[in-house]
Amino acid sequence: MSGELAIDVKGMTKQFDGVIAVNAIDLQLRRGEICGFLGPNGSGKTTFIRMLCGLLRPDGGSGSCLGFDVIRESEAIRKEVGYMTQRFSFYEDLTIAENLDFVARMFSLPGRKAAVAESLEQLGLAGRRNQLAGELSGGWKQRLALAACMLHRPQLLLLDEPTAGVDPKARRDFWDRIHELAGAGITVLVSTHYMDEARRCHNLAYLSYGNLLVHGTPDEIAGDATLEEVFIRLTEASTDNYQP
Amino acid sequence: MTPLPVFSPARLWAMVVKEFIQMRRDRLTFGMMIGIPLIQLMLFGFAINSDPKHLATAVLMADRTPHARTILQAIRTSGYFDFVREVQSEGEGGELLARGEIQFLVTVPSGFSRELLRGERPVLLLEADATDPAATGNAVASLKALLGSALQHELQGPFAHLATTAEPFELRIHPRYNPEGITQYNIVPGLMGVVLTMTMVMITGLAITRERERGTMENLLSMVPRPLEVLIGKIVPYILVGYVQVCLILLAARFVFNVPMVGSLVLLLAVVMVFIIANLAVGITFSTIARNQLQAVQMTFFFFLPSILLSGFMFPFRGMPRWAQYIGEVLPLTHFLRIIRGVLLKGNGLGEIWPQIWQIGLFVLVAVVIAVKRYRRTLD
Ligand SMILES: Nc1ncnc2c1ncn2[C@@H]1O[C@H](COP(=O)(O)OP(=O)(O)OP(=O)(O)O)[C@@H](O)[C@H]1O
Ligand SMILES: [Mg+2]
Repeated sequence: MSGELAIDVKGMTKQFDGVIAVNAIDLQLRRGEICGFLGPNGSGKTTFIRMLCGLLRPDGGSGSCLGFDVIRESEAIRKEVGYMTQRFSFYEDLTIAENLDFVARMFSLPGRKAAVAESLEQLGLAGRRNQLAGELSGGWKQRLALAACMLHRPQLLLLDEPTAGVDPKARRDFWDRIHELAGAGITVLVSTHYMDEARRCHNLAYLSYGNLLVHGTPDEIAGDATLEEVFIRLTEASTDNYQP
Repeated sequence: MTPLPVFSPARLWAMVVKEFIQMRRDRLTFGMMIGIPLIQLMLFGFAINSDPKHLATAVLMADRTPHARTILQAIRTSGYFDFVREVQSEGEGGELLARGEIQFLVTVPSGFSRELLRGERPVLLLEADATDPAATGNAVASLKALLGSALQHELQGPFAHLATTAEPFELRIHPRYNPEGITQYNIVPGLMGVVLTMTMVMITGLAITRERERGTMENLLSMVPRPLEVLIGKIVPYILVGYVQVCLILLAARFVFNVPMVGSLVLLLAVVMVFIIANLAVGITFSTIARNQLQAVQMTFFFFLPSILLSGFMFPFRGMPRWAQYIGEVLPLTHFLRIIRGVLLKGNGLGEIWPQIWQIGLFVLVAVVIAVKRYRRTLD
């Protein structure tokens, strides 16, 4: 892979029916970096992540992701990216094991059966392998989605609110695992509304109304205040700006 | 970096396996697939009649005399018969009937005039393709009424006594393929096409819209499947369902309605595949166009209505106005009806039904091209 930057994009822009959802965002992520993606509801986090992996066509912007051009080589990017969607998007009428098996087949994973078994084991889902995904509790669905998006050993994880609805113990386990992966050189862009999780990121990017307002380490951003206070202030300020 | 393959059989198989499991778990849909054919069989057990005119007729003139011409003229003025061809032999005429190009063949035997004038009551032969009794019934009835008076002007003077006799010649009617004129023979095989059209289009029509509505499309797209892998993957499992329906209806046709099966069942089962695929392809094309499942269902009905009305299932094809026939020719059901009636009732072989097969094949090709073009690889 070329360069030290896993994500290097400039001016990423997306409009929906003339309304700007993401406004000229520049973002760089080093390899092995964990970047927290923050911002109020509707600020454009999901839209930005979708553009990164080519699921939405940007209206403007350029750059590369894992060395591939974000516009022209979006399909190559998707093969190397583990994308966990905000909304549960696995098949509710398939069992946990069948869902994982489907993903493994779609990525033509060598040693498919073993990989699926290992992933079930790792996430503590082995006992529920034959349960329909639709019958799982919210938190377990999240864990399944996470296991599935990491199955093909991607270089870059794009996680859209992966811990929403997950209990504290499981969240801590999850973040331990994220750090483990980052240590192994995997880059992680993770959106969250939890400030304790934001604290555990190397860098934070704060979005509001599609604009990237702040980008830096948690300490740089918070200073003496808490992250929570800073972001509430930022949100209020930008809301005032955008009120007609 | 390994280049992305254009088409991966492994990923296609992944789609097929997934769709199979989902199909198996979806009890309601599966029940519908079996229930619809049964209900339709019950409902359409009766016939729907109408009065088509201008039916394609060929004539074999072995006796070119004024009397023969007068009779043909009288037949033409009845409005039911259009003379479209003159054939030279019995064999040639029979072939046209078998291929369904003509509805009737009128034969004026040699020596017709001579025998007529001698008062020997010669035979005028009318052979009818009676697979669809509704199409031929009125035409044949009108002919019987008309012929008694056809020669009144010709038979005058010394021959006047011939005109007053009951009938100066005998009209002999040979209904071919369905001599008793039983409408179930026509309806029940046709029903197979109707059921397949309805259920197959609907089921794949929902295929992609359902993924979009449930949000699973986002995940599926992130795994970079090629359009053809998704489209074919969603078609394959339902071919099996189509065959289950076909077998159900064939069994009912044989054992409940006693429909004769003259032709090759193996040939029929092989050709049914093309028709099933055609309908699944239409559905999947709708699925790439519709924004949600409701729209997909509406489009299914939009396709189903002309199929049932203009294919020759509901009304005899030749009785329809020209423009309706043009539309009908595009629809796979029209061609399938000709195939199944041809094979089951007339004993048609591959050679005779081939024109219908390739026309359905062409339809499939167009549908798949549209589907691939319309298939969206992003969420926009
Ligand atoms: N498909 C779409 N069509 C039209 N508008 C859209 C679409 N997707 C997103 N938007 C709009 O774009 C803006 C950004 O939405 P986005 O989902 O990216 O926000 P978000 O930061 O992920 O919010 P949340 O924290 O609630 O997940 C919103 O105003 C939303 O209404
Ligand atoms: Mg979001």
